[in-house]
Amino acid sequence: MSAGKPLPLTAPLSAEAVELLRAGDRVLLGGVLYTGRDAAHRRLFELLRRGEALPVDLRGQVIYYVGPTPAPPGRPIGAAGPTTAGRMDAYTPALLAYGLRAMIGKGMRSPQVVEAIVRYHAVYLAGMAGAGALMASCIRQAEVAAYPDLGPEAIYRLVVEEMPLIVINDCLGNDLYRSAPEQWRRPGKERP
Amino acid sequence: MKAIQPRQITDAVAELCRRAATELPADLRVALERCREEEPSPLGREVLGRLLENADLACREQLPICQDTGVAAVFVELGREVRLEGDLEQAVNEGVRRGYQEGYLRKSVVDEPLFSRRNTGDNTPALLHLDLVEGDGLAITLLPKGAGSENMSALRMLKPADGREGLCSFVLEVVIAAGANACPPLVVGVGVGGSFDQCALLAKRALLRPLGEANPHAGYADLEQELLARINDTGIGPGGFGGRCTALAVHVAWAPCHIASLPAAVNLQCHAARRRSTTL
Repeated sequence: MSAGKPLPLTAPLSAEAVELLRAGDRVLLGGVLYTGRDAAHRRLFELLRRGEALPVDLRGQVIYYVGPTPAPPGRPIGAAGPTTAGRMDAYTPALLAYGLRAMIGKGMRSPQVVEAIVRYHAVYLAGMAGAGALMASCIRQAEVAAYPDLGPEAIYRLVVEEMPLIVINDCLGNDLYRSAPEQWRRPGKERP
Repeated sequence: MKAIQPRQITDAVAELCRRAATELPADLRVALERCREEEPSPLGREVLGRLLENADLACREQLPICQDTGVAAVFVELGREVRLEGDLEQAVNEGVRRGYQEGYLRKSVVDEPLFSRRNTGDNTPALLHLDLVEGDGLAITLLPKGAGSENMSALRMLKPADGREGLCSFVLEVVIAAGANACPPLVVGVGVGGSFDQCALLAKRALLRPLGEANPHAGYADLEQELLARINDTGIGPGGFGGRCTALAVHVAWAPCHIASLPAAVNLQCHAARRRSTTL
């Protein structure tokens, strides 16, 4: 785990940048992200299954699992922390096969997703879960890119600056959610 | 008798919704600060620092602490000497409707769970719990509950022979399975006893107790300390990134139960443990 300064990166991420990321690395991400959660994923997955084009070209892009609060006057977006990534697991291997490069969320991924991350040289990063105001303060612009009928679940194109993230699953198959608790666990009565 | 108008209840609930979403309770802040001082993991300390920064920012900018502004669980204690001049449930729902609209909060309720799953658009209905108490007051506590931690909660009908260790094992099992998903550091609400339905509500009500307030029953106070220590030995840590602060507190609430039963419920609460009360 890196103890030094967080790594500044710009999205969309290059294949080379993703290859170098390791579980536990801290990242400050700028650039362009696309949002998507349950409803949008279901639609994207259906299109891929039928071999049809997606409304947004997500190849090489970063997807941020988020369902923000409504934007108050004068702000691009409301509170916007990461949502539970596991709900997107069923759709994720297909999106990675299609060319999605990185995902931002919170919480554990399924073995199928971890395997697909390795196979397609992708990465899964966690945002500061439950820090909706802080994550929103990194978002400079937000505009609907697809599925406006889904409201907060629409696909938004975000422009972000210095968003604090932590690499969870890297392309070598490392998983911070498994390795870190193991490192800090106090052996004894903690196991049921 | 004291007369209370539905309008007063609606106004009070609307304000609770807006303020609970943006203002972290003082006892939570104290607990997070203490954990940051004690957390040995550098990444864990950084996460706790970010959470405190987030709480400041949310309060200053009037932005929700977390984008999951939850389902509105509303606990009402109604004094016997109060005369309600209208419908309580309607007044509460109107308050939730207004508070979530005016506060730019996310509407996160669907009308039916399996087939339509259509968003009701105003975050109603609220989950209303009513208790009759002495006096002429009407106390309202709002617990906006997000799904991240709620989804990792669980109930199990243990056997009486499972006893204290059986209960501890179950609580640990739930916390470990939840891992990062429930957004640790957690407040862990545990219900024990009662019936299948009552036990879950005990666990939820346990979350209403302010942090730092001791359990009045010595045996349960001791159990809470043991559970807290064992949960913090799991190594899950802040954000699930590893560390020693996995829970800020464990609260256990109990009730009498059937001779053949030992119901146990674990209601997990994320670190954005929003709650707010008022009295009319």
